[in-house]
Amino acid sequence: MTEARSPIASETQAASEQCALTAKQFSSGAHPVWCPGCGDFGVIAALERSLAKHGRPPHDVVLVSGIGCSSRLPGYMSTYGFHGVHGRALAVATGLKLVRPEIDVIVVGGDGDGYSIGGNHFLHACRRNVDMLYVVMNNRVYGMTKGQPSPTTEPDWDCDIAPGGIGLRPFNPLAIAITAGANFVARGFSGDPNGLADMIVEGLGWPGFAFIDVLSPCITFRPEQVAWKRQVRPLTRSVEDDRAAAAALALTDDGMGLGVLFRGERAPVAPVAESRTTLAAIEREFAV
Amino acid sequence: MARTSIAVVFAGSGGAGAMTAGAVFLRAAAQAGYYGLMAQLFGAQVRGGESAALVQISTEPVDSPPDRYDLFVALDWEKVDQFAAEIPLDSTSIVLSDPEAGAVPPAIVRSKPRCVPLALSGEKGEGAERRANMVAVGAVAALAGVDLVQVSAAIDAVYASKDAALNAANKNSAEIGAGLAAALTVNLRLAPATAAPRWLISGNQAAALGALRGGVRFVGCYPITPATDLVEWLSPRLKQLGGRLVLGEDELASINMALGASFGGVPAMTVTSGPGLSLMTESIGLAVAAEIPLLLIDVMRAGPSTGIASKTEQSDLNLAIYGAHGDAPRVVLAPISVADCLTATEYAVYVAEQLQTPVIVLSDQALGQAATVIDLPEKRPAAHKRRTNGAGTSQQPFKRYALAGDAITPMPAPGTPGMAWVAEGLTHNEVGLPASGAGPHVAQINKRAKKLDRFDAGQYWGESWGTGETALLAFGSSVGPARQAARRLAANGHHIRVIALRILSPLPMEALAHALVGVRRLVVLEQNHGAQLYRHLIGHKAIPATAESVARPGPLPFRPSEIGSYVM
Repeated sequence: MTEARSPIASETQAASEQCALTAKQFSSGAHPVWCPGCGDFGVIAALERSLAKHGRPPHDVVLVSGIGCSSRLPGYMSTYGFHGVHGRALAVATGLKLVRPEIDVIVVGGDGDGYSIGGNHFLHACRRNVDMLYVVMNNRVYGMTKGQPSPTTEPDWDCDIAPGGIGLRPFNPLAIAITAGANFVARGFSGDPNGLADMIVEGLGWPGFAFIDVLSPCITFRPEQVAWKRQVRPLTRSVEDDRAAAAALALTDDGMGLGVLFRGERAPVAPVAESRTTLAAIEREFAV
Repeated sequence: MARTSIAVVFAGSGGAGAMTAGAVFLRAAAQAGYYGLMAQLFGAQVRGGESAALVQISTEPVDSPPDRYDLFVALDWEKVDQFAAEIPLDSTSIVLSDPEAGAVPPAIVRSKPRCVPLALSGEKGEGAERRANMVAVGAVAALAGVDLVQVSAAIDAVYASKDAALNAANKNSAEIGAGLAAALTVNLRLAPATAAPRWLISGNQAAALGALRGGVRFVGCYPITPATDLVEWLSPRLKQLGGRLVLGEDELASINMALGASFGGVPAMTVTSGPGLSLMTESIGLAVAAEIPLLLIDVMRAGPSTGIASKTEQSDLNLAIYGAHGDAPRVVLAPISVADCLTATEYAVYVAEQLQTPVIVLSDQALGQAATVIDLPEKRPAAHKRRTNGAGTSQQPFKRYALAGDAITPMPAPGTPGMAWVAEGLTHNEVGLPASGAGPHVAQINKRAKKLDRFDAGQYWGESWGTGETALLAFGSSVGPARQAARRLAANGHHIRVIALRILSPLPMEALAHALVGVRRLVVLEQNHGAQLYRHLIGHKAIPATAESVARPGPLPFRPSEIGSYVM
């Protein structure tokens, strides 16, 4: 990510001299609460690999998340982390990145956290284009509450709370991200951690708001998603800086194409400027 | 004998320039060495609604609304019925209005004031354009004895316009007004002023400045009346100081942006009013649980629900102190005057940073939007920085939420090698990993409670004036009227003590007990129907069970006479 001055005096840069990092160094060693076979294991493996490759030490990275199975991820890594309330991770990350531009900020979470309760923040994070990476582990179900339809669930998926299916058109996260202003939009697959790691490295380095929707099967409530590994395939096209074409591609795609769909050229939000005045000068305006 | 104070209303429909007239008169008087306060009364319409500038000028500091107004200047009568009932006039009040605007309406005549015609708009084709609101200011300033030179300077300052024609028309209009006033047989002349270095500042500006003084360099906010002018004043100045204000997509985003910035190591705040505070309560709980410093300013307005956006009330106390699920103790404090918005807010930043907890500053519309002439602020609170590093940091993994030793545990900022931790809203262990056992749950709740139990605000607990056996206890904008009532009663030989509570939670029990020594009758004043402060104090046994409650909703301010007649 772009280097910028931080308002906090930082020993960070000095300490982050490039040295070979291993994926293992990014693991906290804590055992995930995830079910055996959960797609999110592939995502954390990809994150560990990509961060080692990216080259910043764990203390220069912050993982921010909301609530849900996948939002537990920060505790499983050795970076700094922020595990906040449901749906607000992007807002936390925005405040953090704006005051600490030299820190790499990665937001992780699920489709419920990001597209439902946090949907408004998703739109505005794309608009704002703050330099960060957002990785959504999309399993098209609310897993932590044991199987309710999410915004990306197929309309006819039968479940206790909506017998016969919810009957709603699924949310298209990639098309929305492109049209709302995200600068890097990709789809990954947890069953391809190497491909996903490459995508994460590129997203981390891309200026502005980078977004990766990761197909990450829920083995417990959506066991049929094991078939995803046979359905995914590389995207046939990638679009540079033409949002209309990229949105059309996202809207016509069947949701199984993997790769970077869009790379934009919007300039990210600039870091804060240096102080140009003093409190005493500001206070003088009150004098009568 | 010349009077020591004057209370004037400039009223008109939106766009008539009533607020500008009030602002110019207040500034002119301030420049002439008077104290003063201008409150704003307006309705819900964005444009074209009723508006009135309520201006008091005095030889003494002004901290209370008046019982009645000496002078009511009508720029027009279009919307007067919508606010006449909220502006007390009597038979000694004077009403100035242009006969061209029509007869004085019954809502005003009912108070039997002396109605005096004044040609605010004048004849057509007089040459220079006559601007009614500045004619009014010129006339009122002349009646009060404020020099026209000061009015001219105030016009320059308030309009801050480079439009020479506009400035000339305004100043010419003020001069015409002064000329018209000379022909009136009205005596409202003030005693001479004593000039000294002073500030003209609103409570919202003072709170914003206090936040800057305390080191706040990040603000996440969403516009909401009556807190918007605070962040509008703050935004460009924060930027000049190397900070940033971000307009969130809603209050949920705003408070979480502030939490993210604070986690990043930069003192941060959010600013809102009642409805926004309601939306933020979940994340206040997060700040408590994850132990993240946060300053939250709530400029209270009339509620519940949307209530009256533009008018004051003190009814968010329960929400500020207790709002959130689970045990979520935080510090809540209320400025006791417009000037104290500065001190209390700066102090609040230090408390938040020191205790690593959310601190809510409970201001209200009456303080926030009152432009006030104050003496130069006294000394600042002692600065407290966040504890970022502690002994034993080589211990791995780093125990961000360690239970041994001080309840306030080091909070290193991201980028600090070897100290990585996760800010965690789930019940967590010492390291910060989620834990659902009873042990960590109870232990961490106790840790957080201990931080507040040991918090001692010292001299900032509140203020107490007088030694009477009867005492009035108030907070926020109710303190001023209580003090004014006590001053009046003292002039008649009745000595009333006034206790202003700054720290509302956790209650400063010892300091309050000390302030209550010798009190035989205690009256708790507050501007809400449910007696929120009274019940809070009774619930904590902070006041005797015999204490009386005077609790009534806003938006009308307490008047000194109302308090005086209750006490006597």
